[in-house]
Amino acid sequence: MDILSVFNLLLALTLAPLLPGIINRTKAFFSGRVGQPLLLPYFDIARLLRKGAVYSTTTTWLFRAGPVAGLATAAAALTIIPALGQPALISFKGDIFLLACLLALGRFFTMLAALDTGSSFEGMGASREAFYAALAEPALLIGMAALALVTGELSISGMYAGIAGKVFVSIVPICALVAVALMLVFLAENSRIPFDDPATHLELTMVHEVMVLDHGGPDLGLIQYGMALKMWLLGSLVVGVVFPMPGGLYASVVYVCALFALAIGTGVVESIMARFKMPRVPQLLVAAGAASFLAVILAAR
Amino acid sequence: MRSRLTLRNAEAAPLKAIEPFSAAIFAERLLRDLKGGYRLISYFAQKTGGQNARLYAVIAYDDDGLLRVAATDVAGAFESLTTDTPQAHLFEREIFEQTGLVPKGHPWLKPVRFTGASPEGMGVMKFHRVEGAAVHEVAVGPVHAGIIEPGHFRFQCEGETVLHLDTALGYQHRGVERSLKGGPDKRSIHYIETLAGDTTIGHATAWCQALESLAGVDISFRARGIREIALELERLANHVGDIGALAGDIGFLPTAAWCGRLRGDFLNMTAVICGNRFGRGLVRPGGVAFDLAKSQVADILNRLNEAHEGLDAAVPMLFDSPSVLSRFEETGRLSIHHAVDLGLVGPAARACGIEHDVRKNFTRRPEPSTRFTISTWSTGDVFARGMVRWLEIQRSIAYVRDRIRGLPEDGSMRPMKPPRNAHVAVSLVEGWRGEICHTAITGADGKLALYKVVDPSFHNWMGLAVAMRGQQISDFPLCNKSFNLSYCGHDL
Repeated sequence: MDILSVFNLLLALTLAPLLPGIINRTKAFFSGRVGQPLLLPYFDIARLLRKGAVYSTTTTWLFRAGPVAGLATAAAALTIIPALGQPALISFKGDIFLLACLLALGRFFTMLAALDTGSSFEGMGASREAFYAALAEPALLIGMAALALVTGELSISGMYAGIAGKVFVSIVPICALVAVALMLVFLAENSRIPFDDPATHLELTMVHEVMVLDHGGPDLGLIQYGMALKMWLLGSLVVGVVFPMPGGLYASVVYVCALFALAIGTGVVESIMARFKMPRVPQLLVAAGAASFLAVILAAR
Repeated sequence: MRSRLTLRNAEAAPLKAIEPFSAAIFAERLLRDLKGGYRLISYFAQKTGGQNARLYAVIAYDDDGLLRVAATDVAGAFESLTTDTPQAHLFEREIFEQTGLVPKGHPWLKPVRFTGASPEGMGVMKFHRVEGAAVHEVAVGPVHAGIIEPGHFRFQCEGETVLHLDTALGYQHRGVERSLKGGPDKRSIHYIETLAGDTTIGHATAWCQALESLAGVDISFRARGIREIALELERLANHVGDIGALAGDIGFLPTAAWCGRLRGDFLNMTAVICGNRFGRGLVRPGGVAFDLAKSQVADILNRLNEAHEGLDAAVPMLFDSPSVLSRFEETGRLSIHHAVDLGLVGPAARACGIEHDVRKNFTRRPEPSTRFTISTWSTGDVFARGMVRWLEIQRSIAYVRDRIRGLPEDGSMRPMKPPRNAHVAVSLVEGWRGEICHTAITGADGKLALYKVVDPSFHNWMGLAVAMRGQQISDFPLCNKSFNLSYCGHDL
């Protein structure tokens, strides 16, 4: 076990809530406001964890399991996510499928918790989430397949270390296509504009937010922390193909800076474009899948 | 030969000039007019004892700038026109609810505001239901996620597509019309100013016009000018806020943030005139309670220029962004055919291509020298409703600039007289949401025997419901915002 891999995992667990903070500050800057404190997500989570929770009598254990499963799967997935070329804490052949399964499991429980409330809003949200995820997952997996083909590795850590060892020019087209696909998956999975609007209060238009409407107190705190971890882990996959470099302390610094830059970029996107009409969202996700598939073709050539 | 009464906007006539038709001829004439493209702008009943009541219909002849008031005496029931001309549907339901007169043949008679006997039926009333395995029902409200008024929406959906939307309002009913009866008194103006809080100037102006015409008082040109300026400032503040809110609903940050601030700047201009951001206390029978000093005029012009610059930076950005256009275009589309049939008013009607604006069609004589252009668009979608607002914003700014420089010097307030007895007056104002229609009838004692308020929202709520058909349910908030109708203005 590499001490740096443990260090990177600790970085992820402590710095993840900074990402939504940075996005919000970027948006505030663009709209001419001072914006909320950068550390507000930490305070929010701390505040929520100290609160009590109210449960509807119509809900079952599924409702309470949702937030726990969401956080647990995200935290578990982080252990197989490399930091640029630095291998993850755990890595084995085919761990990409474990990643996809963990993401799906977390989502499955979030959706069950939403359906458990019996609210028509939350049911709609769950149905949208399932639909989008069904399109985002192939884009992620096919993109990873391209990396596996080009590096000959079958673990995520192996792939990311592999592209770092390649001659840069030879893998640029593949990395660029995979980066585009993963960026779209990143925005979709983290319910950001143009897929979803995390800032809206309109329950009819929400996707992720509406599924957690009935959660409060510690449950909501777990959900928010889980979402931050998910953002960090999907962001790690994106920056890994944008900055392929071998592991080391230096790589860890670049890694964290690149993730912060990604958060700023997300904030910029949210500041300059409107959210898509819902029927257009699948088109964009299919485009992400197409980019991934093109990368596979290039890698197999 | 019995006849209808022909009036101009804010003109009073003795009540006896209205000679009631027989019920059959009344219905026939009304139907002929409405089929002929004239608009039903007010339709109400006055109880005359027992089962008996007199029905009044006010019809607008937009091209001639004329209003015709027809009446008939009925007992217990009257002929419903809804199936022939849908714009009567809500008026007939209202008459039924307020007086118990039954509109015979009304396709779906149900309460409008749940006044009187059965408020417990609220929210559990009958809604249209669509049956089928893939159909699901979504109930929204009366308590909403945003800071807005209460109202219930019931959607019949197939997946994400809305098949039908029912609106159930009435939660804001305060009995304004009932309270105005026997007036005017000290409280009346405050009821009117808060009838729909965001249309303070619009409703107060309509009220004052009605009272002044009943009393036979001519207000000064200066007072009329200040009222018009305040009305345009109210329109500017609300339109700017609406454009910002449209941007906010689709997550388009820059315009949402800027317009949110600029709305406040326009409200502050109203405050420069009268000290209140919503114009409370400004418009009073006889004129305006606050005159404009030269320094105030300069101040407002300065603020107007600054706000205009801000708008020029913030709004074109919205209408130029491809991501915004893909959201706005083809969303919540309403055909001109539907808009005419439902009797829509205001920006929502003009966005469908209907060229109607009280400021143009019902100018009060003698007319101000300013030429007025009606702002229209043709597509009837969210984009059109946003665009019409933007056009109106630009024209209103130009209008205020022009008007405020050339205010005549003939005083701001004239002494009021009590209303003449047994008179009727109809007063129209183009509020920012659309046509406001107040009808006042005085009794033999000179007190108000009946005061009928029709807020533009009363006409337009059905427009929203029809615009939602076949749309994505996720687009409802956006469509709703593009109409931005009043709940309290509807509920009275």
